[in-house]
Amino acid sequence: MPVSAKSAAARPRVGLFVTCLVDLFRPSVGFAAVRLLEQAGCEVDVPARQTCCGQPAYNSGDRASARALARQTVAAFEAHDYVVAPSGSCAGMLRLHYPELLASDPAWRERAAAFAGKVHELVSFLVDVRGLAAVAARLPARATYHDSCSGLRELGVRDQPRKLLRTVEGLELVELADADVCCGFGGTFSVKYPDISNAIVERKTEQVAASKADLLLAGDLGCLMNMAGKLSRQGRRIAVRHVAEVLAGELADPPIGEGRP
Amino acid sequence: MSAVTSPAFRDNARAALGDRQLQRALAEVPRGLAARRSAARADLPEFEALREAGRAIKDHTLAHLDLYLEAFEKKARAAGSQVHFAPTAEDARAIVRDICRQAGARVVTKGKSMISEEIGLNQALEADGIEVVETDLGEYLIQIRGETPSHIIAPAIHLTQDQVEADFRRLHTGLPADRQLAEPAQLVAEARQVLRGRFLAADVGITGANFMIAETGSTVIVTNEGNGDLTQSLPRVHVVLASIEKMVPTLEDVDTLIRLLARSATGQEISTYTTFSTGPRRAGDPDGPEACHIVILDNGRSELLGGPFREVLRCIRCGACMNHCPVYGAIGGHAYGWVYPGPIGSVLTPALIGVRQARHLPNASTFCGRCEEVCPMKIPLPGLMRHWREAEFDARATPLLYRLGLAAWAAAARRPRLYHALARLLMPALGALGRRRGAFRRLPLLGGWTRHRDLAAPQGRTFQALWADTRAGVPR
Repeated sequence: MPVSAKSAAARPRVGLFVTCLVDLFRPSVGFAAVRLLEQAGCEVDVPARQTCCGQPAYNSGDRASARALARQTVAAFEAHDYVVAPSGSCAGMLRLHYPELLASDPAWRERAAAFAGKVHELVSFLVDVRGLAAVAARLPARATYHDSCSGLRELGVRDQPRKLLRTVEGLELVELADADVCCGFGGTFSVKYPDISNAIVERKTEQVAASKADLLLAGDLGCLMNMAGKLSRQGRRIAVRHVAEVLAGELADPPIGEGRP
Repeated sequence: MSAVTSPAFRDNARAALGDRQLQRALAEVPRGLAARRSAARADLPEFEALREAGRAIKDHTLAHLDLYLEAFEKKARAAGSQVHFAPTAEDARAIVRDICRQAGARVVTKGKSMISEEIGLNQALEADGIEVVETDLGEYLIQIRGETPSHIIAPAIHLTQDQVEADFRRLHTGLPADRQLAEPAQLVAEARQVLRGRFLAADVGITGANFMIAETGSTVIVTNEGNGDLTQSLPRVHVVLASIEKMVPTLEDVDTLIRLLARSATGQEISTYTTFSTGPRRAGDPDGPEACHIVILDNGRSELLGGPFREVLRCIRCGACMNHCPVYGAIGGHAYGWVYPGPIGSVLTPALIGVRQARHLPNASTFCGRCEEVCPMKIPLPGLMRHWREAEFDARATPLLYRLGLAAWAAAARRPRLYHALARLLMPALGALGRRRGAFRRLPLLGGWTRHRDLAAPQGRTFQALWADTRAGVPR
């Protein structure tokens, strides 16, 4: 583990990249991330000058908007030792695509590269960078885990969440068949090609049901809202949560898409 | 050029999703080709190193393609082949028609060739009164059904065995009506029996080429049925159809690429038949054609060499990208609307028929990245699809409503104060509306989402608002 002089400090300063979906739809994931980062010995800061990573623009071919958001995000986190996001998709954007977006901009190229080097997805940061081996959470459930595509293929997030989930007291973790196959969300794809997206998520929820799990977990809120929305439309009673909520014991709010009594 | 229905991609996809036979056939793909590739990859520890080597071979060849094409031409001519360069599909068709006319061809047999599909060769030859017989089993099946391939290595992957049996009973009328056809082997035997006569009757045999070797002037085909060998060795004239990027420098390079090709395509270590052809029959050869023609097609590819899409020319047509694509897996190959389906088609098709006609294809991807992960030539397919989206956006060809929505969202996202102020107003209201059920069954402007799934209601206040409170000492 390469440790810079700065990050070797007892409490590295972590900037939380909240992600727009967590900010807007599910703040409990943000608080779970804060709690986990603090448990892992970090000081957490949440810059107010962050909005969205720019992926909707980037993947729609609008490089100008994507670049503007990239510069905004880079500038917001320059004082932090690390930038951590509770999403493999957004973290992948920050870490891998920002340098490419700003590569031809001499004023930003180096800043983007320095920024990218300190970006991590939450759970892999906890395990790989902070060396977290166990969490102090308890949840009696039979859970299964879906590997969101960007986290898995761009950042290598696979074993880290499973490792920590196995330390949650009462939690039985069962493997999901085709866990590494896309859930059909794909950001704007889900509303641009809803019928195809639906066919893909239907296969996913079939597999989830076949796992006999009563709790579905993943590390990306977009995928989770897609799968939860389908499970709920199908009338399947399977709870859906972000993996950070379970690891942090941040369970006061109902699962995704479920109402309050 | 073969017919294009890519502009109707959405309708094609919807029809495919409602086609129960097709869905039954597609359900086999992950358990078949994809699972076999995975096993073959696991059995070869140096697979990643091979991918790197393969990429390097193709990158090098593409960087010097003009030189290798010339070298190939020289060697092929020295071996007695005639080499024809075809800048367009039309040119390629004209060249092959002339060859067939001069040979007085009445029956033409064909091995599997995607270039033939790309240039719409069968229709052109049939217009000249020639009987064209596809001899690859999958190609034969779609030919007798009047269809096009739905996959680049398994053209009839969209068909189920029941459909094939029904077609055989309908078309092969001279055979006993009570014959057994329930087993795949029985179907294969019957196709072989029917095709054998056509092989012997053929005047010209047309095959594709997986590789052209500059060092020797040879072409290579990789097959599993042996039909390619009969197609190229029995008739008087052999025609090879190949596109420019099939070039490799040496025999050793073919060796590297073949190890990647068969594993990535079907999970085989090597295909059943790998056939090297170098010119026509020589004095003293026991068999082989009297004449050999090699038609090398450009059809827009050389324009890709100097631009961002150059990497797509590394493709060795294994089909792994489509076997692992969730979109292809849901809708099959025909919905893409032209010759090359799946992720490789979503990059190649806009280049070959124009992004206006093919605009849906690079958009209809979740960018899950599995195609790039399995591509033996490490083609960054999602990245190249994104390039097409950029070209479309820059040409202002993205649908207006979508552009406007994107512009409004970006304008807000680029102003954090405004963005957070708006979010603080909107999300609690939306959250209150959906609080009891926890999800919306229908929402204005989000019909695409709520047609098929519920939308989780926001928890209420935004994280940024709540965080500001906790910093100020207000408990959550």
